[in-house]
Parts: sequence; structure tokens; C-alpha cells
Amino acid sequence: MSTQKHKDEVSGVETTGHEWDGIKELNNPLPKWWIYTFYVCILWSIAYWVVFPAWPYFTSGGWKHTAGSFGYTQRGEVSAELEKVAEGRAVFLKQIDAMPIEDIAKNDSLMEVALAGGKATFADNCAPCHGSGAAGGNGFPNLNDDDWLWGGKLADIQTTVTHGIRWEADADTRQNMMPRFLDDQMLTREQINDAAEYVLSLSNKADDAEAAKRGAAVFEANCTSCHGADAKGNQELGAPNLTDAIWLYGGDKATIVTTVSHGRGGVMPAWGTRLSGSTIKELALYVHSLGGGK
Amino acid sequence: MAVSGGAGGRLYGTMTTSSYLTAIALVAGALYSLVVAAKAYDVPMAIHAWMFTLAFVAGVLAIGNRHFNALKRLPGADDGQGYSDTVIKYGVIATLFWGVAGMLAGVYIASELAFPALNFDFAYISFGRLRPVHTSGVIFAMGGNALIATSFYVVQRTCRARLAGNIAPWFVFWGYNLFIVIAATGYLMGVTEAREYAEPEWYADIWLTIVWVTYLLVFVGTLMKRKEPHIYVANWFYLAFIVTIAMLHLGNNLTVPVSIFSSKSFSAFSGVQDALIQWWYGHNAVGFFLTAGFLGMMYYFVPKRAGRPVYSYRLSIIHFWALIFLYIWAGPHHLHYTALPDWAQTLGMTFSIMLWMPSWGGMINGLMTLSGAWDKLRTDPVIRMLVVSVAFYGMSTFEGPLMSIKAVNSLSHYTDWTIGHVHSGAMGWVGFVTFGAVYCLVPWLWKRERLYSIALVSWHFWISTMGIVLYITSMWVSGILQGLMWRAYDAQGFLEYSFVETVAAMHPFYVIRATGGLLYLTGTVIMVYNCWRTIKGDVRAGEPIIANAPANANGPIGALAQPAE
Repeated sequence: MSTQKHKDEVSGVETTGHEWDGIKELNNPLPKWWIYTFYVCILWSIAYWVVFPAWPYFTSGGWKHTAGSFGYTQRGEVSAELEKVAEGRAVFLKQIDAMPIEDIAKNDSLMEVALAGGKATFADNCAPCHGSGAAGGNGFPNLNDDDWLWGGKLADIQTTVTHGIRWEADADTRQNMMPRFLDDQMLTREQINDAAEYVLSLSNKADDAEAAKRGAAVFEANCTSCHGADAKGNQELGAPNLTDAIWLYGGDKATIVTTVSHGRGGVMPAWGTRLSGSTIKELALYVHSLGGGK
Repeated sequence: MAVSGGAGGRLYGTMTTSSYLTAIALVAGALYSLVVAAKAYDVPMAIHAWMFTLAFVAGVLAIGNRHFNALKRLPGADDGQGYSDTVIKYGVIATLFWGVAGMLAGVYIASELAFPALNFDFAYISFGRLRPVHTSGVIFAMGGNALIATSFYVVQRTCRARLAGNIAPWFVFWGYNLFIVIAATGYLMGVTEAREYAEPEWYADIWLTIVWVTYLLVFVGTLMKRKEPHIYVANWFYLAFIVTIAMLHLGNNLTVPVSIFSSKSFSAFSGVQDALIQWWYGHNAVGFFLTAGFLGMMYYFVPKRAGRPVYSYRLSIIHFWALIFLYIWAGPHHLHYTALPDWAQTLGMTFSIMLWMPSWGGMINGLMTLSGAWDKLRTDPVIRMLVVSVAFYGMSTFEGPLMSIKAVNSLSHYTDWTIGHVHSGAMGWVGFVTFGAVYCLVPWLWKRERLYSIALVSWHFWISTMGIVLYITSMWVSGILQGLMWRAYDAQGFLEYSFVETVAAMHPFYVIRATGGLLYLTGTVIMVYNCWRTIKGDVRAGEPIIANAPANANGPIGALAQPAE
């Protein structure tokens, strides 16, 4: 050990006598506030170990751990919280569960709960496809308007949400199929072109009156069984109205030709296995309330 | 590896047994890599095997080249007698290079978060792949090179001994940087273990293990050769950093490769055990890489630059041992409210609380070392940078224990608050202490009177400080807002906001954060320019002169003042 301790002139504190590359060390004591705060942190931790589950130890029965003074567990805390929420909602939920959806719609206090619940459920489950404002997108229907593929009554919406559309895992799913008229060689390209012109003419968008006239015959023979003679669709079959200028996949001619040539078959999941019956009711009421409910 | 001086009539730098053995090992490695390249199961593995092959061949050529250069050595060249500083110069340049590269990646991914279209639907620059390039780029590439370079500098000066090893220090430098290139190119190609801060795949991990053990041998070898009776505190921290990182690296990379010809491996652990090992590693990467290592840097450069003794020897001992004993337990606080058992969460949290004062011990010792030299804050922007780095260290080591408290964590976890916390530590503490050390080292290593421009250091300081402030304040606001939105319930007990609404609400803060990052990068670019001009030997006209070079920094070992014995 060095014996050349000397006083630092600036601070008046003794050095330790060590020196490395010109660096010396002062022999200052530990700051009082520092060491006491350190002790307090340690004491607080020890107290915390007494109160909460903390140290593991080994017994003949395997690994155990100190349980803490009042048996706290995180799982217990979560269950208690969830129970409390369920309790608070129980009265309403029981009623929503028991009542037919049309009756809930007439009950103002139940509707307040149902719409709030439906909104939250929609945001976390439906918004990814239908958009957070339910305005939809290409291939995903707008739920704010009154143009419904499978019906806009409360019970219709409830069924669609419960069983989904073309959702194979659900035996009661909404099922139909726009045929692939070109791929399956049911129509020629020319016929499809004419049919598309005819469909466009229904919303006064046709460019070629001649082709539209030819297309009327094609439509008559191939499309009316689902879309109807007036082309106003059929909600029983999920066939869209082709006269209202509202399009799921786009209403320009190229898109219509694509739709007719290759068919369409968008899928919506069946939520009946994922959401409770009352939640689906809330969701249907919420969607119904967006503006287009029948 | 043996040191060859001029002894025994052998010329320093010519082939020794150890350099022959190294060359043989490199040749073997090159042949092995070539086989892997030929039989690789996937493209990234083939590319990486080729990169290893080329690097090993280059290594053999470098060893040969060194031999022939030594034979026709010019006067004044490294004769193996003084400090080995050339490898440190490379380290400083690598620090600057990776700093700019890593921060650039950071600014870009911050912009992607604000404007997602910036990924251009191009997989190689998507957020998921660029993010580890940024984190590894600044932590391991910039920070790692800075730690290796400064530890080599500090251990030589404070031991009055030349670095142990003949070509070993060079192997450490090039080997480490090869690891970084393999890691970063892997991330871009989608090669990842998906373990945060430990993303490199198994073969990169094995390579790093070899390099790291060599680093440990060089460091310990130098300590053993020391001509000082005691080991300086900076070296305790550097050694703790090297040893613990080796242990963490091995523990968290216990994986089973699909095949030696495949870039993919699977962890030996699963589920919550895997998560716990990962965060035991992850938090101690913070504790021993980003804290202990850089405290080593602080303990040399702050007293050196301030020209003052370290405040308290006793404090340095107590906080060192307390820090390394307590840090290793704190990892579980990353897994609050998960499947991790309650008792492990309790221990993670309480040990983080107890860690508060040991962390602050370093801050106190750093700041109080300035007592008697506070006036230098006005005149020397390098000291300002070092002092502010210690202040940020104090702030983030208070914020850390705070966030580890479960009640706080239930709000802060998974939010941008965590990102802000990490960056006050990374930009404020790690970044600034590194910049301060670089500003000291460049004139010392290249034997310049002073830096090219002190005014530019001031510009760097203020621009980067503004960048940090913008970054961390925007992340505080964004993180707390995010946390509050996630837990907001309406009157009926339903969630008030959908997740996507909380994402949309972050946009303005993401723009501010990207701006802060850009300012910080700008400061770094100014530093690179300043260092480049300094190395060239330029001095900016019309600036006041601040004495820069410490008396003993550059002389040969024998010429040093005798220690106070």
C-alpha cells in the first residue's frame, strides 16, 4: 500500500495515495443520504417479500415459494376484477340474453348498454375489415348504408354475425357463389362484355347502347335466377342489387368483367363460436344503429 | 497468444508460433466455411458462409502482410515496445462509422412508424428487419467498438503495460466487426432468433464467443502484466462487463441448429422459461454492456478530462459490488403481469428498487469528481458532454426502478414510455459518454495538439441534446397516453378505444420522435466531420485554445512518470 497520501488542495480531502496515469482518488466517505436511502430500499424490499409471494425454496414435495402474508396471487386479482365487472353487468346481460333482439331495441336503458358494448366489440373484432367507422372497403361492405346483401333487419344481421358468410366451419353459414362464367366456359368474352355493358346501363353508366342491348339477353338467360329480372338482387340468396350504383368490388367496367369472368366469394368469419350470444346481439344492434338498419 | 518483443533477435511483427497457429486456424475455418457455402440449405446461410470464407482468407493475408511489412519496417513504426494504439484508432473509426449507420437506421424506422408507407412494401427495409439493425447497430456496433477501443486504451494507461497478445487485439477488433456485419446482413435477409438484442443466429453466436474469449484473454493478460500495484476502478467495470457478457451470451443462446448447413436454430427453452432467460439476458445486457462497460469509460475519461481526482474511492468499491450483485436479479421486471410466477416478479421488482442507489453511486462519483472544476462546464464542451451523460445516467437509473414497480409497470409496459426510457439511457448516457471519450481520444491517439474545432463540439452538444429532449418527452407523452387509452373504460365497463385508435393517436408523437432522432444524428455527423479534420491535422482558425492532451497520455511506457509508490 502506498504511503504517499496527501491532501487535495482544492477540496482539502486526503487522497488514497493511489495514482494511475495521473488519476488520483479522494478518500471521501460514502454520502450519508446515499447509504441511508440504500438501506431504506433494502428494508422496503424485505417488507415487500414478507407481504407478497417472494422466495422459492425446495422441500421434499418439490419447489415451493413463500406465499406472502395475505395469499396474494396475480391470477386471483384478475379473476376478482373480472368477477366485479361481470357482477355489475349481470342485470343487463341477463335481460339481453333472455330477450328477443327486437324487444331490446325498444328498451332505452338496455340499448344504452348494448350500443356501448357493440361499439367496443366492433372496434376490436370487425374494424380490421369493415373499418373503424364501418365504411368498409374494397370487398368489405359498407355497414352505414341501407344496401344489404343478406338483409338489414336485426335478426338478419344477428344471423350473419353468428354464422358468417361462406365460413366452412359453420354448417349454417350464409352460402352462395357468384359463378365463374369465363373460367367455367359458361359465357364467351364477348357475352361477358355485353352483359357488363347491360349491368352498367342499369345505373345509366353504359357507353355502348348496342352492346348493352345484346347484354340484356345474356343477363336474362344467366343472371336473373339470382339477381332477379329487375336486377334488384335477392337478400334471401345474398345476391346484390345491381341497379343502385353501390358496388362491393368496384363499378367500373373492367371490375364488373372481372367479377363475371372469375366469380367472387368473399368470406366473413362466424362469430358465434368466439363471441357470446349477448355480445352478438349487442353487435347486431350497434351495426343496425349505424344508419342503414331496416 | 505470446508477445514477441525485440527479444531473442526476432523482429517485432514477424511470424511467431501464435501467428502461425492463428493462420492455420483461419485456413481451416475458410475450408470449413467453403464446405458450408457449397452445401447450405438456404440462401442466407450460403451468403454468410461465403462472407466467413472471404474474411478468413483476408485474415491469413493480413498476417502474412504484417510479417513482410515488419521486415522492411520504417523508423518510428510500431516496434512492440510502446502502447499498442493503432488497433484503438481502428476502433474509434469503427465507432464513428457504426454510430452514423446505426442512427441512420433508427431515424428511418422512426419515420416508418410515423409514415408506414416508407417501407415501400419492400421486405428488406420493413420495420421488423431494420429495427434490429438499428438496435444492434448502436448498442453492439457503435457501443461495442467504443468499449473495446476505450478498454484497450484505458487498461494500457492505467496498468502501464502494452496490450497482451501479438495479433490477438487485432483478432478481437476484426472478429467483432465481422460478427456485426454477419448479424446485420442476417437481419436484412430475415435471419433471426427473434430474441431481443440477441437476434443473431447460432453460427454468429459461436463466432462471437471465440472473439469474446480472446477479448477477455487480452484484457486479463494486460492486467496481469501491469506495473501498477492496484487495479484502477475503470478496469473493474470493464472486466465485469467482459465476463458477464460472456456468461449472458452463452446462457441466452443455447439453441439447437436445424443442421450445420442451416441458418435456423431453435431455443433449448420454451414458454415462460425461454422468456425469463431472454430477459435475464436482456436486462443484464443493459446492466453490464450499457452500464458497467460505460461506467468504466466514465471512470477514466471524466477525471482525466476534468483534471480532478475521483470523488470517493470507498463509494466506487461499494457501488461496484452492489451494482453487479443486484443487477443480475432484475430481469424479471420485464415480465410483470405475464405467465411468470408471482414470486419471480416480486424478486425482479424488489431487486430493481434496491439497484437504484448502487446505480446512483456511479453518478455521484462522476458528478462530484467535477467539484473544484465546475468552471470547465462553461469553457469545455467535451466536459459538458461527459457531465450531461452522467446526469442522464442518473435520470434513467431512477426511471428504471420506478418503471419496475408493478403498479407503474401496469401503465408503462408495452408502451412508448419504455422506448423513451431506453433512449434517455442510450442517447443521453451511452451516446454522450462515448462522444466525450471520442473527443478526448482522437487528438490523443493521432497526436494532435487539439480538436479541429471546439465550437463544433458545442454545436454537436446542443443539437443532440435538443434531439434527446424531443425524443424522450414525445415518448413520455405518447407512452402515457397510450397506456391510459388502453385501460380506459366507458360508463358501462367496455373498452373506450380500439387498438387502432390508440395507434392513430400516436402519429404526432412519432413525427416529433423522428425529428428528435434526426437532430441527434445531425450532431453525430458534425462529430464525424470534426474528428476527420482533427485526424487530418487541421485546426479551425479563430478559436480559443483549450489544453487537450493530458501530460502522460502519449509517451512510451518507459518514459512515464513513476507511480506514487
